[in-house]
Amino acid sequence: MATTVTVPAPPVAAPPGEPRRGRRRGVGRLAVLLVSPTFLVLTLVVGYPLIDALRLSFFQKNSGVDPTTGMVQEGEKFVGLGNFTDLFGSDQFLHALRNTTTLTIASVTIEVVVGVAMALIMNKAFAGRGLIRASILVPWAIPTAISALLWRWIFQTDGAANALLGTDTLWTTEGIPAWIAIVLADTWKTAPFIGLLVLAGLQIIPAEVYEAAKVDGANAWSTFWRITLPLVKPALIVAVLFRLLDVLRMFDLPYVMIGPGKQPVETVSVLAFQEAIQFTRFGPAAAMSTILFLYIAVVAFVFVKVLGADVIGSRVGGKR
Amino acid sequence: MRRPRLAVLTVAAALALTGCGGGSDSGGGTAAGKLEGNGPITFVTGKDTSGYVQKQVDAWNKLHPDERADVIELPESADAQRQEMVKNAVAKSDTYSVLNLDVVWTAEFAANGWVEQLNEADFPLDKMLAPTVETGKYFGRLYAVPITSDGGLLYYRKDLLAAAGVTAPPTTWADLRAACTKVRAANPKIGCFAGQFDKYEGLTVNFSEAVNSAGGTVVKDGKPTVDTPAARKGLDFLVNGFTQGYIPRNALTFKEEEGRRAFQAGQLLFHRQWPYQYAKANATDGSSEVAGKFAVAPLPGLDGPGQSTLGGHNYAISRFTQNKKTALEFIQFMAGEERQRANLQATSQAPTWGSLYDDPALVEQYPYLPVLKESILKAEKRPEAVQYNDVSVAIQSAAYSALKGDKTSEQALAELQAKLETLIGK
Repeated sequence: MATTVTVPAPPVAAPPGEPRRGRRRGVGRLAVLLVSPTFLVLTLVVGYPLIDALRLSFFQKNSGVDPTTGMVQEGEKFVGLGNFTDLFGSDQFLHALRNTTTLTIASVTIEVVVGVAMALIMNKAFAGRGLIRASILVPWAIPTAISALLWRWIFQTDGAANALLGTDTLWTTEGIPAWIAIVLADTWKTAPFIGLLVLAGLQIIPAEVYEAAKVDGANAWSTFWRITLPLVKPALIVAVLFRLLDVLRMFDLPYVMIGPGKQPVETVSVLAFQEAIQFTRFGPAAAMSTILFLYIAVVAFVFVKVLGADVIGSRVGGKR
Repeated sequence: MRRPRLAVLTVAAALALTGCGGGSDSGGGTAAGKLEGNGPITFVTGKDTSGYVQKQVDAWNKLHPDERADVIELPESADAQRQEMVKNAVAKSDTYSVLNLDVVWTAEFAANGWVEQLNEADFPLDKMLAPTVETGKYFGRLYAVPITSDGGLLYYRKDLLAAAGVTAPPTTWADLRAACTKVRAANPKIGCFAGQFDKYEGLTVNFSEAVNSAGGTVVKDGKPTVDTPAARKGLDFLVNGFTQGYIPRNALTFKEEEGRRAFQAGQLLFHRQWPYQYAKANATDGSSEVAGKFAVAPLPGLDGPGQSTLGGHNYAISRFTQNKKTALEFIQFMAGEERQRANLQATSQAPTWGSLYDDPALVEQYPYLPVLKESILKAEKRPEAVQYNDVSVAIQSAAYSALKGDKTSEQALAELQAKLETLIGK
């Protein structure tokens, strides 16, 4: 999403004696020339599909059937914002939007807590640290569709979850249990990702800061709260941003684990996929994707601008 | 964001469609056009899990070296197969010649003009079980030739029924419940009845069966007719099953395989299932605890024997292919008795030829054939609709909410009727 390829030109003072404008124009031209292949590729690969999806979202396929021959009317018609207004009047879409949001908030929150805990453990020096680090990362290495299958087996009625809990909950039917199952499976898979990024942040915190804290008599909690957390914050915010963008377009986990059409775990991506592929209605599907795109863009914008997520590393080593 | 290619495809298709104007009448007339052109063709089918599709095609290729058929295998899931075929048709590609269509796709492919209308006299339709031929028709015209069929059977534990003093399998739902009460006296933990009740295509099948078996209809003559007392009695049989406990609660998560596992583990007395379960439940390698302890019967209904929903596959000819005459002859070859027999022997897939169900050698190999024939002869096809997927999803939502107890049968059916009216008209 964040494809802003701004090249921050360092403010160079114009060398004395040289006409400032000429020099700039020359450098600018070269820069345009050098960047143009990238822009060309981006236009083709990112721009065109985006614009075409937007165009598609203003059309609807004709679906009427001729009552005498039984044949379908062909072609498509322009409906303006019709697809969008339809969506906001549709319970199914509003549910999907709500599911996407609640799943995102719940799973990212839990992942942050678990991920930070994992990072703190991985950052400690102890025997077998390598083994712990490797094993924590295993879930992250398993393709989502495969882990979704594993979790489906765990959560089926005669599966491991019910055996362990001593219950006979129907996890894969419509209901809160399905939603909980998804949050659990997603946390299991992606908490290591947050752990990994936070670990990287932890490792650049100099040991002197902690020594100073110890000298000042800070306890473990205030060390964590006053030193570790503020210093690891840039890394954490980037990790959370990546996770948010990922969960907001969550598709494979609910689709494979619970199946499409189950309301509590139907996300916008699943709904859009069904609409386009199952029902071959590309207009409404494109409208859904567009709304999801805007939703994700707003979240990313808020993170970058308000919380100051440093995604492209432009402030590495620098102060604000 | 992952859909750019599809988007491009649709745009291209849309342009192509507008470009060709009113040229769609060649598929929409009342008489089948002449199919011409001989030469190589392709046969497009789902994943060849038995490995026998290739052998069937080899038999054709041996006789017709200049008109070879190449098998194009699509994924195993029916939805994925349909997606590929629709994509190919929307792009008007000539890659696919003969399409192996699921029985519920006929209307969509015919109405969109993606498959050729066929001449009924070209095929031995009179030898085939009448309900299977109906699945190949749309608006009274033939578009696809039935090659395999499928019908639901009632699997029952003959050992438990005999021990409880029940001599014959139930023919009505009341009998089924009575038999269950008797068996439960000795086996209090056994689940009485189950089918495919998870929210997917199987629920459409099971719901339609319940409605038809109570004398109702889901769609009749192209009109939704699901908000009737008969339909309500049908749905109530399933709903009451959950509230009164003769259907185990976990059956809400049953697709074919979950149900099969439960039946094979001895957890079910009665099970509505397709014929494929017969061999697996009879396996003596230890995977099944009920081997030799069960038998099959026609599905029960409200006042007498019930009505199954039809499954199966039909072959059709893509409108955009070359060599349509070869394609036609290929279908004739596959629809013949010899190939049907060979396929049944090798794969246990139900044939469409009626005579094969009475063949002593085949009945010895597959003892359920006579019951299956009875089931198919009385079977009803699923609602015929161009937007079949929408119809099916609407049915699944309504039925599932009733089964879970979120809505009453009355509410669910009234809402379903309204939804179906918007989808296929009043």
